[in-house]
Amino acid sequence: MSGFLLAAALLLLLNAVVGVVSLYASPYPADRMLAILLIGSTTVAILLLLAYRHEPPVLLEVALSFVLLAAIGSIAFVQQRLRAPPHEP
Amino acid sequence: MSGLDLLAVALVCAGCAFFLTGTLGLLRFPDPRARLHALTKADNVGLGLICAGLGVLDASVAGALKLALVWVLGMLASTLSAFLIARQETVRSGGQRR
Repeated sequence: MSGFLLAAALLLLLNAVVGVVSLYASPYPADRMLAILLIGSTTVAILLLLAYRHEPPVLLEVALSFVLLAAIGSIAFVQQRLRAPPHEP
Repeated sequence: MSGLDLLAVALVCAGCAFFLTGTLGLLRFPDPRARLHALTKADNVGLGLICAGLGVLDASVAGALKLALVWVLGMLASTLSAFLIARQETVRSGGQRR
């Protein structure tokens, strides 16, 4: 079971790497924010999978605090763009 | 490998598939709001399935409740993000709803 969880975590790591690539490749700010959302939720899933490789699952607390702070990035993004002048690519 | 383990493996595999589908939507969809839609929904189903699979593995009630909390908080966060970003995209593109 431990090997399977590691394999699933590696698959999701690949997913996060695709997110990083699209973060750097995309010209639009909203798309970059979406890539950050993708990386964030994938990270939570990876932490959960790695937490259950060993007992007790201590990384579960890390995943919990990570997901608790997940919305702050998009709130800051929207706030900052509302204050900025409205012409950009 | 017991029946519960098999159930956990199936749920985690389905969750990973949903994550990959969400990424595919992010890369392939033409409109920013369509991409937002694909990403926030598919990723949350994926996270929920992975939480369910690991909850099957977890013997304790406290661990299962923490997993459920992770899923609920993840849904809350992505609902909030999807709403804020979609509203801003609508305002920025002149307010017309495609």
